[in-house]
Amino acid sequence: MSTERAQNRLAFWFLLPSALVLLGVVAYPFFFNVYISLTNWNMFHFRNPEIIGLTHYIRIFSESDFYRIFGKTIAWTAINLVFHFTLGLGAALLLNRKLPGRNLYRALLILPWAMPQYISALTWRGMFNAEYGAVNILLAKVGIGAVPWFTSEFWAFMAPVITNIWLGFPFIMVIALGGLQSIPRELYEAARIDGAGPVRQFFSITLPMLKPVLMPALVLGTIWTFNNLNVIWLVTDQGLPADKTHILVTYVYKAAFVYYRYGYAAAFSVFIFLVLVVIVRGYDRVAREEAY
Amino acid sequence: MSGGRLAGKIWNHVWVHALVWLLVLFAVFPILQIVSISLRPGDQLYSTSLNIIPDGATLDAYRIMFTEKPFLLWMRNSLVVSLGTALIGVALASLGGFALSRSRFTGRGAALQGILMTQMFPATMLLLPLYLLMRKLHLVDTLGGVMVAYVATALPFCIWTMKGYYDTIPVALNEAALIDGCTPFQAFVRVTLPLSTPALVITALFSFMTGWSEFMVARVMLASKELMTLPLGLESLFTTYQTEWANYAAGSLLVCVPVVFLFLVLNRYLVSGLTLGSVKG
Repeated sequence: MSTERAQNRLAFWFLLPSALVLLGVVAYPFFFNVYISLTNWNMFHFRNPEIIGLTHYIRIFSESDFYRIFGKTIAWTAINLVFHFTLGLGAALLLNRKLPGRNLYRALLILPWAMPQYISALTWRGMFNAEYGAVNILLAKVGIGAVPWFTSEFWAFMAPVITNIWLGFPFIMVIALGGLQSIPRELYEAARIDGAGPVRQFFSITLPMLKPVLMPALVLGTIWTFNNLNVIWLVTDQGLPADKTHILVTYVYKAAFVYYRYGYAAAFSVFIFLVLVVIVRGYDRVAREEAY
Repeated sequence: MSGGRLAGKIWNHVWVHALVWLLVLFAVFPILQIVSISLRPGDQLYSTSLNIIPDGATLDAYRIMFTEKPFLLWMRNSLVVSLGTALIGVALASLGGFALSRSRFTGRGAALQGILMTQMFPATMLLLPLYLLMRKLHLVDTLGGVMVAYVATALPFCIWTMKGYYDTIPVALNEAALIDGCTPFQAFVRVTLPLSTPALVITALFSFMTGWSEFMVARVMLASKELMTLPLGLESLFTTYQTEWANYAAGSLLVCVPVVFLFLVLNRYLVSGLTLGSVKG
Protein backbone atom coordinates (compact mmCIF):
# COMPACT_ATOMS: atom_id res chain seq x y z
CA MET A 1 0.00 0.00 0.00
CA SER A 2 2.64 2.48 1.02
CA THR A 3 4.88 1.33 -1.82
CA GLU A 4 2.09 2.05 -4.24
CA ARG A 5 1.81 5.55 -2.88
CA ALA A 6 5.56 5.92 -3.13
CA GLN A 7 5.36 4.70 -6.75
CA ASN A 8 2.73 7.27 -7.60
CA ARG A 9 4.70 10.03 -6.00
CA LEU A 10 7.70 8.92 -8.03
CA ALA A 11 5.62 9.02 -11.22
CA PHE A 12 4.57 12.57 -10.43
CA TRP A 13 8.13 13.79 -10.01
CA PHE A 14 9.29 11.84 -13.05
CA LEU A 15 6.64 13.37 -15.24
CA LEU A 16 6.98 16.91 -13.94
CA PRO A 17 10.04 18.09 -15.93
CA SER A 18 8.70 16.76 -19.24
CA ALA A 19 5.27 18.18 -18.52
CA LEU A 20 6.74 21.60 -17.74
CA VAL A 21 8.79 21.62 -20.93
CA LEU A 22 5.90 20.43 -23.09
CA LEU A 23 3.45 22.85 -21.49
CA GLY A 24 5.86 25.75 -21.77
CA VAL A 25 7.42 25.11 -25.15
CA VAL A 26 4.61 23.27 -26.95
CA ALA A 27 1.21 23.88 -25.37
CA TYR A 28 1.68 27.54 -24.54
CA PRO A 29 2.98 28.41 -28.03
CA PHE A 30 0.07 26.46 -29.49
CA PHE A 31 -2.49 28.67 -27.77
CA PHE A 32 -0.37 31.75 -28.29
CA ASN A 33 -0.41 30.89 -32.00
CA VAL A 34 -4.20 30.77 -31.99
CA TYR A 35 -4.21 34.19 -30.35
CA ILE A 36 -1.75 35.60 -32.92
CA SER A 37 -3.96 34.26 -35.69
CA LEU A 38 -6.77 36.51 -34.46
CA THR A 39 -4.61 39.67 -34.47
CA ASN A 40 -3.19 41.95 -37.10
CA TRP A 41 0.36 41.33 -35.87
CA ASN A 42 2.83 42.07 -38.66
CA MET A 43 5.76 44.33 -39.46
CA PHE A 44 3.65 47.49 -39.21
CA HIS A 45 1.82 46.55 -36.03
CA PHE A 46 4.69 44.91 -34.26
CA ARG A 47 4.34 46.75 -30.95
CA ASN A 48 0.59 47.24 -30.90
CA PRO A 49 -1.17 44.25 -32.42
CA GLU A 50 -4.97 44.38 -32.20
CA ILE A 51 -7.55 41.61 -32.25
CA ILE A 52 -9.21 41.53 -35.64
CA GLY A 53 -11.16 38.30 -35.29
CA LEU A 54 -11.40 35.85 -38.12
CA THR A 55 -10.23 38.24 -40.84
CA HIS A 56 -7.12 36.20 -41.64
CA TYR A 57 -9.05 32.97 -41.87
CA ILE A 58 -11.51 34.53 -44.28
CA ARG A 59 -8.67 36.00 -46.31
CA ILE A 60 -6.99 32.60 -46.64
CA PHE A 61 -10.04 31.08 -48.30
CA SER A 62 -10.70 34.03 -50.54
CA GLU A 63 -7.22 34.06 -52.04
CA SER A 64 -6.98 32.41 -55.42
CA ASP A 65 -3.44 31.23 -54.63
CA PHE A 66 -4.74 29.20 -51.73
CA TYR A 67 -6.46 26.55 -53.84
CA ARG A 68 -3.44 26.14 -56.09
CA ILE A 69 -1.10 25.72 -53.11
CA PHE A 70 -3.48 23.41 -51.31
CA GLY A 71 -3.84 21.26 -54.42
CA LYS A 72 -0.09 21.18 -54.81
CA THR A 73 0.34 20.06 -51.21
CA ILE A 74 -2.08 17.18 -51.73
CA ALA A 75 -0.31 16.21 -54.96
CA TRP A 76 3.08 16.50 -53.25
CA THR A 77 2.00 14.24 -50.41
CA ALA A 78 0.25 11.68 -52.61
CA ILE A 79 3.00 11.36 -55.24
CA ASN A 80 5.69 11.04 -52.59
CA LEU A 81 3.82 8.42 -50.60
CA VAL A 82 3.02 6.33 -53.67
CA PHE A 83 6.68 6.24 -54.66
CA HIS A 84 7.96 5.78 -51.12
CA PHE A 85 5.75 2.74 -50.69
CA THR A 86 6.28 1.14 -54.10
CA LEU A 87 10.05 1.66 -54.09
CA GLY A 88 10.43 0.88 -50.39
CA LEU A 89 8.26 -2.22 -50.55
CA GLY A 90 9.88 -3.31 -53.81
CA ALA A 91 13.36 -2.95 -52.36
CA ALA A 92 12.33 -4.84 -49.24
CA LEU A 93 10.91 -7.73 -51.30
CA LEU A 94 14.09 -7.90 -53.38
CA LEU A 95 16.35 -7.85 -50.34
CA ASN A 96 14.26 -10.41 -48.50
CA ARG A 97 15.47 -13.10 -50.95
CA LYS A 98 18.65 -15.06 -50.59
CA LEU A 99 20.75 -12.55 -52.45
CA PRO A 100 24.55 -12.58 -52.35
CA GLY A 101 25.77 -9.30 -50.87
CA ARG A 102 22.38 -8.27 -49.58
CA ASN A 103 23.77 -6.77 -46.38
CA LEU A 104 25.92 -4.44 -48.46
CA TYR A 105 22.94 -3.50 -50.66
CA ARG A 106 20.87 -2.88 -47.57
CA ALA A 107 23.50 -0.55 -46.11
CA LEU A 108 23.84 1.34 -49.39
CA LEU A 109 20.08 1.72 -49.78
CA ILE A 110 19.76 3.17 -46.27
CA LEU A 111 22.24 5.97 -47.00
CA PRO A 112 19.66 8.53 -48.25
CA TRP A 113 17.82 8.21 -44.94
CA ALA A 114 20.99 8.54 -42.86
CA MET A 115 22.22 11.77 -44.43
CA PRO A 116 21.10 15.05 -42.87
CA GLN A 117 18.14 16.25 -44.92
CA TYR A 118 19.46 19.72 -45.63
CA ILE A 119 22.65 18.31 -47.15
CA SER A 120 20.69 16.00 -49.45
CA ALA A 121 18.41 18.86 -50.45
CA LEU A 122 21.26 21.28 -51.18
CA THR A 123 23.14 18.59 -53.09
CA TRP A 124 20.13 17.83 -55.26
CA ARG A 125 19.70 21.56 -55.87
CA GLY A 126 23.18 21.55 -57.35
CA MET A 127 22.48 18.42 -59.35
CA PHE A 128 19.41 20.03 -60.90
CA ASN A 129 21.41 23.02 -62.14
CA ALA A 130 20.36 23.31 -65.79
CA GLU A 131 23.87 23.72 -67.21
CA TYR A 132 26.34 22.08 -64.85
CA GLY A 133 24.10 19.81 -62.83
CA ALA A 134 24.70 16.08 -62.93
CA VAL A 135 21.07 15.29 -63.78
CA ASN A 136 21.01 17.16 -67.07
CA ILE A 137 24.49 15.92 -67.97
CA LEU A 138 23.30 12.39 -67.37
CA LEU A 139 20.17 12.98 -69.45
CA ALA A 140 22.29 14.41 -72.26
CA LYS A 141 24.40 11.24 -72.26
CA VAL A 142 21.30 9.16 -72.99
CA GLY A 143 20.15 11.65 -75.59
CA ILE A 144 17.52 13.63 -73.69
CA GLY A 145 17.64 17.42 -73.99
CA ALA A 146 18.23 19.77 -71.04
CA VAL A 147 15.28 19.95 -68.65
CA PRO A 148 14.52 23.51 -67.45
CA TRP A 149 14.49 22.72 -63.72
CA PHE A 150 13.64 25.86 -61.69
CA THR A 151 12.48 27.93 -64.64
CA SER A 152 9.41 25.94 -65.56
CA GLU A 153 6.74 25.69 -62.89
CA PHE A 154 6.16 22.00 -63.57
CA TRP A 155 9.80 20.95 -63.44
CA ALA A 156 10.49 23.15 -60.43
CA PHE A 157 7.88 21.04 -58.66
CA MET A 158 9.27 17.76 -59.96
CA ALA A 159 12.79 18.55 -58.72
CA PRO A 160 11.88 18.49 -55.00
CA VAL A 161 9.51 15.57 -55.63
CA ILE A 162 12.38 13.49 -57.02
CA THR A 163 14.59 14.60 -54.14
CA ASN A 164 12.02 13.64 -51.56
CA ILE A 165 11.30 10.27 -53.17
CA TRP A 166 15.02 9.61 -52.88
CA LEU A 167 15.01 10.70 -49.25
CA GLY A 168 11.98 8.77 -48.13
CA PHE A 169 11.94 5.29 -49.65
CA PRO A 170 14.64 3.77 -47.36
CA PHE A 171 12.46 4.37 -44.30
CA ILE A 172 9.63 2.28 -45.76
CA MET A 173 12.13 -0.29 -46.95
CA VAL A 174 13.57 -0.78 -43.46
CA ILE A 175 10.13 -0.94 -41.86
CA ALA A 176 8.88 -3.42 -44.49
CA LEU A 177 11.99 -5.60 -44.17
CA GLY A 178 11.38 -5.89 -40.45
CA GLY A 179 7.78 -6.86 -41.14
CA LEU A 180 8.65 -9.38 -43.87
CA GLN A 181 10.99 -11.26 -41.58
CA SER A 182 8.20 -11.89 -39.12
CA ILE A 183 5.86 -13.58 -41.65
CA PRO A 184 5.91 -17.36 -41.07
CA ARG A 185 7.28 -19.32 -44.05
CA GLU A 186 4.55 -21.96 -43.68
CA LEU A 187 1.93 -19.54 -44.94
CA TYR A 188 3.66 -19.36 -48.32
CA GLU A 189 4.15 -23.11 -48.46
CA ALA A 190 0.48 -23.68 -47.76
CA ALA A 191 -0.46 -21.15 -50.42
CA ARG A 192 1.82 -22.81 -52.96
CA ILE A 193 0.24 -26.18 -52.28
CA ASP A 194 -3.14 -24.57 -52.85
CA GLY A 195 -1.84 -23.38 -56.19
CA ALA A 196 -1.51 -19.66 -55.49
CA GLY A 197 1.01 -17.87 -57.74
CA PRO A 198 3.48 -15.20 -56.61
CA VAL A 199 1.06 -12.33 -57.34
CA ARG A 200 -1.75 -13.97 -55.44
CA GLN A 201 0.63 -14.73 -52.56
CA PHE A 202 1.68 -11.09 -52.42
CA PHE A 203 -1.85 -9.76 -52.19
CA SER A 204 -3.29 -12.47 -49.93
CA ILE A 205 -0.38 -13.02 -47.55
CA THR A 206 2.41 -10.46 -47.75
CA LEU A 207 0.38 -7.27 -47.91
CA PRO A 208 -2.15 -8.14 -45.18
CA MET A 209 0.62 -9.41 -42.91
CA LEU A 210 2.58 -6.20 -43.40
CA LYS A 211 -0.38 -3.98 -42.63
CA PRO A 212 0.31 -3.62 -38.88
CA VAL A 213 3.74 -2.14 -39.57
CA LEU A 214 2.85 -0.25 -42.74
CA MET A 215 -0.23 1.54 -41.39
CA PRO A 216 1.66 3.54 -38.73
CA ALA A 217 4.34 4.25 -41.33
CA LEU A 218 1.64 5.54 -43.67
CA VAL A 219 0.22 7.86 -41.00
CA LEU A 220 3.64 9.14 -39.97
CA GLY A 221 4.73 9.41 -43.60
CA THR A 222 1.67 11.47 -44.47
CA ILE A 223 2.30 13.88 -41.61
CA TRP A 224 6.02 14.18 -42.31
CA THR A 225 5.56 14.70 -46.05
CA PHE A 226 2.69 17.15 -45.65
CA ASN A 227 4.79 19.15 -43.16
CA ASN A 228 8.13 18.88 -44.94
CA LEU A 229 9.70 22.33 -45.02
CA ASN A 230 13.30 21.45 -45.82
CA VAL A 231 13.06 19.84 -49.19
CA ILE A 232 10.96 22.33 -51.13
CA TRP A 233 12.55 25.32 -49.42
CA LEU A 234 16.13 24.25 -50.05
CA VAL A 235 15.83 22.50 -53.40
CA THR A 236 13.88 25.33 -55.03
CA ASP A 237 15.76 28.06 -53.15
CA GLN A 238 12.73 29.49 -51.31
CA GLY A 239 10.15 28.63 -53.94
CA LEU A 240 11.67 29.33 -57.35
CA PRO A 241 10.47 30.32 -59.87
CA ALA A 242 8.90 33.42 -58.27
CA ASP A 243 7.19 31.66 -55.33
CA LYS A 244 5.37 29.30 -57.70
CA THR A 245 6.65 26.11 -56.06
CA HIS A 246 5.24 26.33 -52.55
CA ILE A 247 3.33 23.80 -50.55
CA LEU A 248 1.36 25.02 -47.53
CA VAL A 249 4.18 24.84 -44.97
CA THR A 250 6.83 26.57 -47.07
CA TYR A 251 4.32 29.24 -48.06
CA VAL A 252 3.54 29.91 -44.40
CA TYR A 253 7.21 29.90 -43.43
CA LYS A 254 7.91 32.52 -46.04
CA ALA A 255 4.91 34.61 -45.00
CA ALA A 256 6.10 34.55 -41.39
CA PHE A 257 9.86 34.86 -41.61
CA VAL A 258 10.49 36.61 -44.91
CA TYR A 259 7.40 38.87 -45.12
CA TYR A 260 6.73 39.12 -41.35
CA ARG A 261 2.98 38.58 -41.77
CA TYR A 262 2.68 37.01 -38.32
CA GLY A 263 -1.09 37.01 -37.84
CA TYR A 264 -1.74 35.70 -41.34
CA ALA A 265 0.89 32.97 -40.99
CA ALA A 266 -0.48 31.93 -37.60
CA ALA A 267 -3.98 31.52 -39.05
CA PHE A 268 -2.56 29.48 -41.91
CA SER A 269 -0.70 27.24 -39.45
CA VAL A 270 -3.90 26.52 -37.56
CA PHE A 271 -5.56 25.59 -40.83
CA ILE A 272 -2.72 23.18 -41.77
CA PHE A 273 -2.95 21.56 -38.36
CA LEU A 274 -6.69 21.04 -38.73
CA VAL A 275 -6.26 19.48 -42.18
CA LEU A 276 -3.79 17.00 -40.71
CA VAL A 277 -6.09 16.15 -37.83
CA VAL A 278 -8.86 15.39 -40.33
CA ILE A 279 -6.54 13.21 -42.46
CA VAL A 280 -5.24 11.23 -39.48
CA ARG A 281 -8.79 10.76 -38.16
CA GLY A 282 -9.73 9.45 -41.61
CA TYR A 283 -6.94 6.85 -41.52
CA ASP A 284 -8.03 5.88 -38.03
CA ARG A 285 -11.60 5.35 -39.11
CA VAL A 286 -10.59 3.27 -42.14
CA ALA A 287 -8.31 1.13 -39.97
CA ARG A 288 -11.04 0.62 -37.40
CA GLU A 289 -13.77 -0.24 -39.91
CA GLU A 290 -11.53 -2.83 -41.50
CA ALA A 291 -10.77 -4.35 -38.13
CA TYR A 292 -14.41 -5.32 -37.61
CA MET B 1 12.99 -30.00 -68.90
CA SER B 2 15.23 -29.13 -65.98
CA GLY B 3 17.40 -27.16 -68.41
CA GLY B 4 14.45 -24.85 -69.17
CA ARG B 5 13.81 -24.46 -65.47
CA LEU B 6 17.41 -23.61 -64.81
CA ALA B 7 17.44 -21.00 -67.57
CA GLY B 8 14.31 -19.51 -66.08
CA LYS B 9 15.93 -19.39 -62.68
CA ILE B 10 19.05 -17.69 -63.99
CA TRP B 11 16.91 -15.22 -65.89
CA ASN B 12 15.03 -14.48 -62.67
CA HIS B 13 18.30 -13.95 -60.87
CA VAL B 14 19.53 -11.51 -63.49
CA TRP B 15 16.33 -9.53 -63.20
CA VAL B 16 16.52 -9.29 -59.43
CA HIS B 17 20.11 -8.17 -59.55
CA ALA B 18 19.42 -5.63 -62.26
CA LEU B 19 16.57 -4.11 -60.24
CA VAL B 20 18.60 -4.00 -57.04
CA TRP B 21 21.49 -2.36 -58.85
CA LEU B 22 19.22 0.24 -60.38
CA LEU B 23 17.92 1.17 -56.93
CA VAL B 24 21.41 1.20 -55.43
CA LEU B 25 22.58 3.47 -58.21
CA PHE B 26 19.69 5.85 -57.55
CA ALA B 27 20.48 5.85 -53.83
CA VAL B 28 24.23 6.29 -54.15
CA PHE B 29 24.56 8.60 -57.15
CA PRO B 30 24.08 11.92 -55.27
CA ILE B 31 26.55 10.79 -52.62
CA LEU B 32 29.15 9.93 -55.23
CA GLN B 33 28.51 13.38 -56.67
CA ILE B 34 29.40 15.01 -53.34
CA VAL B 35 32.58 12.94 -53.13
CA SER B 36 33.52 13.84 -56.66
CA ILE B 37 32.84 17.58 -56.33
CA SER B 38 34.78 17.78 -53.07
CA LEU B 39 37.86 16.49 -54.92
CA ARG B 40 37.64 18.86 -57.87
CA PRO B 41 40.38 21.41 -58.39
CA GLY B 42 39.24 25.04 -58.80
CA ASP B 43 39.32 25.04 -62.61
CA GLN B 44 37.06 21.98 -62.91
CA LEU B 45 34.11 23.01 -60.75
CA TYR B 46 31.88 23.42 -63.76
CA SER B 47 33.15 20.36 -65.57
CA THR B 48 30.57 18.24 -67.32
CA SER B 49 32.42 15.01 -66.75
CA LEU B 50 30.76 12.34 -64.64
CA ASN B 51 33.99 10.71 -63.48
CA ILE B 52 33.95 10.10 -59.76
CA ILE B 53 37.64 10.87 -59.33
CA PRO B 54 38.08 14.07 -61.35
CA ASP B 55 41.21 14.95 -63.33
CA GLY B 56 43.75 16.56 -61.05
CA ALA B 57 41.88 15.48 -57.92
CA THR B 58 42.91 17.48 -54.86
CA LEU B 59 42.13 17.66 -51.15
CA ASP B 60 42.36 21.45 -51.26
CA ALA B 61 38.72 21.97 -50.36
CA TYR B 62 39.16 20.02 -47.12
CA ARG B 63 42.22 22.10 -46.25
CA ILE B 64 40.30 25.31 -46.97
CA MET B 65 37.37 24.22 -44.78
CA PHE B 66 39.66 23.72 -41.79
CA THR B 67 42.07 26.61 -42.28
CA GLU B 68 40.22 29.39 -44.10
CA LYS B 69 36.57 28.76 -43.19
CA PRO B 70 35.18 28.84 -39.65
CA PHE B 71 34.24 25.19 -40.03
CA LEU B 72 35.55 24.24 -36.59
CA LEU B 73 33.54 27.04 -35.03
CA TRP B 74 30.37 25.82 -36.76
CA MET B 75 31.14 22.33 -35.57
CA ARG B 76 31.66 23.53 -32.01
CA ASN B 77 28.30 25.34 -32.06
CA SER B 78 26.57 22.30 -33.53
CA LEU B 79 28.16 20.01 -30.96
CA VAL B 80 27.07 22.24 -28.08
CA VAL B 81 23.50 22.40 -29.35
CA SER B 82 23.25 18.71 -30.31
CA LEU B 83 24.87 17.29 -27.19
CA GLY B 84 22.78 19.61 -25.04
CA THR B 85 19.61 18.51 -26.81
CA ALA B 86 20.57 14.84 -26.47
CA LEU B 87 21.38 15.17 -22.77
CA ILE B 88 18.17 17.01 -21.87
CA GLY B 89 16.12 14.83 -24.21
CA VAL B 90 17.34 11.55 -22.71
CA ALA B 91 17.00 12.79 -19.13
CA LEU B 92 13.45 14.05 -19.55
CA ALA B 93 12.20 11.23 -21.77
CA SER B 94 13.63 8.39 -19.67
CA LEU B 95 11.84 9.77 -16.60
CA GLY B 96 8.61 10.86 -18.26
CA GLY B 97 8.29 7.69 -20.33
CA PHE B 98 8.63 5.58 -17.20
CA ALA B 99 5.81 7.41 -15.45
CA LEU B 100 3.56 7.06 -18.51
CA SER B 101 4.39 3.38 -18.86
CA ARG B 102 3.99 2.26 -15.25
CA SER B 103 1.48 4.51 -13.55
CA ARG B 104 -2.24 4.78 -14.16
CA PHE B 105 -3.28 8.29 -13.27
CA THR B 106 -6.18 10.41 -14.49
CA GLY B 107 -5.32 12.21 -17.67
CA ARG B 108 -2.75 9.64 -18.72
CA GLY B 109 -4.61 8.80 -21.93
CA ALA B 110 -5.08 12.47 -22.71
CA ALA B 111 -1.39 13.12 -22.12
CA LEU B 112 -0.40 10.32 -24.51
CA GLN B 113 -2.84 11.55 -27.15
CA GLY B 114 -1.59 15.10 -26.70
CA ILE B 115 2.01 14.03 -27.16
CA LEU B 116 1.08 12.24 -30.39
CA MET B 117 -0.88 15.27 -31.53
CA THR B 118 2.24 17.47 -31.43
CA GLN B 119 3.58 15.53 -34.39
CA MET B 120 0.85 17.06 -36.51
CA PHE B 121 1.85 20.64 -35.76
CA PRO B 122 3.31 22.31 -38.81
CA ALA B 123 6.76 23.72 -38.01
CA THR B 124 5.59 27.32 -38.19
CA MET B 125 2.82 26.77 -35.68
CA LEU B 126 5.27 26.48 -32.79
CA LEU B 127 8.19 28.28 -34.34
CA LEU B 128 6.40 31.58 -34.83
CA PRO B 129 5.09 31.95 -31.26
CA LEU B 130 8.34 30.55 -29.84
CA TYR B 131 10.29 33.08 -31.84
CA LEU B 132 8.10 35.97 -30.68
CA LEU B 133 8.28 34.67 -27.12
CA MET B 134 12.04 34.31 -27.18
CA ARG B 135 12.40 37.80 -28.55
CA LYS B 136 10.71 39.01 -25.39
CA LEU B 137 12.95 36.82 -23.21
CA HIS B 138 16.05 37.95 -25.14
CA LEU B 139 16.80 34.35 -26.10
CA VAL B 140 16.82 34.97 -29.84
CA ASP B 141 20.31 34.62 -31.26
CA THR B 142 21.56 32.41 -28.44
CA LEU B 143 22.48 28.73 -28.63
CA GLY B 144 20.32 28.14 -25.56
CA GLY B 145 17.24 29.39 -27.39
CA VAL B 146 17.82 27.01 -30.28
CA MET B 147 18.39 24.18 -27.85
CA VAL B 148 15.03 24.81 -26.18
CA ALA B 149 13.31 24.62 -29.57
CA TYR B 150 15.10 21.35 -30.43
CA VAL B 151 14.27 19.71 -27.11
CA ALA B 152 10.63 20.58 -27.72
CA THR B 153 10.84 19.09 -31.22
CA ALA B 154 12.49 15.86 -30.15
CA LEU B 155 10.84 15.26 -26.79
CA PRO B 156 7.43 13.88 -27.88
CA PHE B 157 9.02 11.21 -30.06
CA CYS B 158 11.58 10.37 -27.36
CA ILE B 159 8.93 9.99 -24.68
CA TRP B 160 6.94 7.66 -26.94
CA THR B 161 9.99 5.56 -27.69
CA MET B 162 10.94 5.24 -24.02
CA LYS B 163 7.39 4.47 -22.97
CA GLY B 164 7.06 1.83 -25.69
CA TYR B 165 10.25 0.18 -24.55
CA TYR B 166 9.41 0.23 -20.82
CA ASP B 167 6.10 -1.43 -21.74
CA THR B 168 8.03 -4.49 -22.92
CA ILE B 169 10.02 -4.89 -19.67
CA PRO B 170 8.19 -7.13 -17.18
CA VAL B 171 6.91 -5.19 -14.17
CA ALA B 172 7.84 -8.15 -11.98
CA LEU B 173 11.52 -7.27 -12.22
CA ASN B 174 10.86 -3.87 -10.73
CA GLU B 175 8.65 -5.37 -8.03
CA ALA B 176 11.27 -7.91 -7.07
CA ALA B 177 13.70 -5.07 -6.45
CA LEU B 178 11.10 -3.32 -4.27
CA ILE B 179 10.63 -6.47 -2.19
CA ASP B 180 14.38 -6.69 -1.77
CA GLY B 181 14.22 -3.32 -0.06
CA CYS B 182 14.95 -0.87 -2.85
CA THR B 183 13.10 2.43 -2.89
CA PRO B 184 11.08 2.94 -6.09
CA PHE B 185 13.74 5.33 -7.34
CA GLN B 186 16.56 2.87 -6.69
CA ALA B 187 14.57 0.15 -8.42
CA PHE B 188 14.22 2.39 -11.46
CA VAL B 189 17.89 3.32 -11.59
CA ARG B 190 19.34 -0.12 -10.84
CA VAL B 191 16.89 -2.42 -12.60
CA THR B 192 14.78 -0.78 -15.27
CA LEU B 193 17.23 1.77 -16.63
CA PRO B 194 20.08 -0.68 -17.36
CA LEU B 195 17.59 -2.93 -19.20
CA SER B 196 16.53 -0.04 -21.40
CA THR B 197 19.88 0.68 -23.03
CA PRO B 198 18.62 0.18 -26.63
CA ALA B 199 15.82 2.70 -26.15
CA LEU B 200 18.18 5.14 -24.42
CA VAL B 201 20.55 4.84 -27.38
CA ILE B 202 17.78 5.59 -29.88
CA THR B 203 16.54 8.52 -27.84
CA ALA B 204 20.04 9.95 -27.60
CA LEU B 205 20.70 9.42 -31.30
CA PHE B 206 17.39 10.93 -32.33
CA SER B 207 17.78 14.05 -30.18
CA PHE B 208 21.38 14.46 -31.29
CA MET B 209 20.39 14.18 -34.95
CA THR B 210 17.63 16.74 -34.45
CA GLY B 211 20.21 19.27 -33.36
CA TRP B 212 22.89 18.18 -35.81
CA SER B 213 20.83 18.48 -38.96
CA GLU B 214 18.19 21.11 -38.25
CA PHE B 215 18.15 24.09 -40.59
CA MET B 216 14.85 25.97 -40.67
CA VAL B 217 14.65 26.81 -36.94
CA ALA B 218 18.31 27.77 -36.73
CA ARG B 219 17.87 30.05 -39.74
CA VAL B 220 15.20 32.02 -37.88
CA MET B 221 16.72 31.99 -34.40
CA LEU B 222 20.40 32.63 -35.05
CA ALA B 223 21.71 35.77 -36.71
CA SER B 224 25.29 36.20 -35.47
CA LYS B 225 28.10 34.77 -37.57
CA GLU B 226 29.83 33.44 -34.44
CA LEU B 227 26.77 31.36 -33.51
CA MET B 228 26.21 29.67 -36.87
CA THR B 229 25.64 25.94 -36.64
CA LEU B 230 26.86 23.56 -39.35
CA PRO B 231 23.69 23.71 -41.48
CA LEU B 232 23.75 27.52 -41.50
CA GLY B 233 27.47 27.54 -42.18
CA LEU B 234 27.23 25.17 -45.11
CA GLU B 235 24.30 27.05 -46.55
CA SER B 236 26.26 30.29 -46.28
CA LEU B 237 28.61 28.89 -48.94
CA PHE B 238 25.71 29.29 -51.38
CA THR B 239 25.76 32.97 -52.20
CA THR B 240 23.82 34.77 -54.87
CA TYR B 241 26.85 35.33 -57.04
CA GLN B 242 28.92 32.26 -56.56
CA THR B 243 28.54 28.89 -54.93
CA GLU B 244 31.65 27.40 -53.38
CA TRP B 245 30.77 23.92 -54.54
CA ALA B 246 33.97 22.15 -53.66
CA ASN B 247 34.06 23.60 -50.15
CA TYR B 248 30.41 22.84 -49.61
CA ALA B 249 30.87 19.25 -50.75
CA ALA B 250 33.93 18.73 -48.55
CA GLY B 251 32.12 20.21 -45.54
CA SER B 252 29.04 18.07 -46.19
CA LEU B 253 31.07 14.90 -46.24
CA LEU B 254 32.78 15.83 -42.99
CA VAL B 255 29.35 16.40 -41.43
CA CYS B 256 27.83 13.23 -42.85
CA VAL B 257 30.47 10.63 -42.19
CA PRO B 258 30.15 10.38 -38.38
CA VAL B 259 26.35 10.53 -38.50
CA VAL B 260 26.01 7.96 -41.27
CA PHE B 261 28.40 5.69 -39.42
CA LEU B 262 26.36 5.95 -36.21
CA PHE B 263 23.19 5.40 -38.15
CA LEU B 264 24.40 2.22 -39.83
CA VAL B 265 25.75 0.82 -36.57
CA LEU B 266 22.57 1.57 -34.63
CA ASN B 267 20.12 0.92 -37.43
CA ARG B 268 18.78 -2.31 -35.92
CA TYR B 269 17.88 -0.58 -32.66
CA LEU B 270 16.32 2.24 -34.60
CA VAL B 271 13.78 0.09 -36.38
CA SER B 272 12.67 -1.88 -33.34
CA GLY B 273 12.26 1.33 -31.37
CA LEU B 274 10.30 3.00 -34.15
CA THR B 275 7.86 0.19 -34.77
CA LEU B 276 7.32 -0.51 -31.10
CA GLY B 277 6.54 3.11 -30.37
CA SER B 278 4.06 3.54 -33.18
CA VAL B 279 2.28 0.20 -33.33
CA LYS B 280 1.29 0.45 -29.72
CA GLY B 281 -0.04 3.97 -30.33
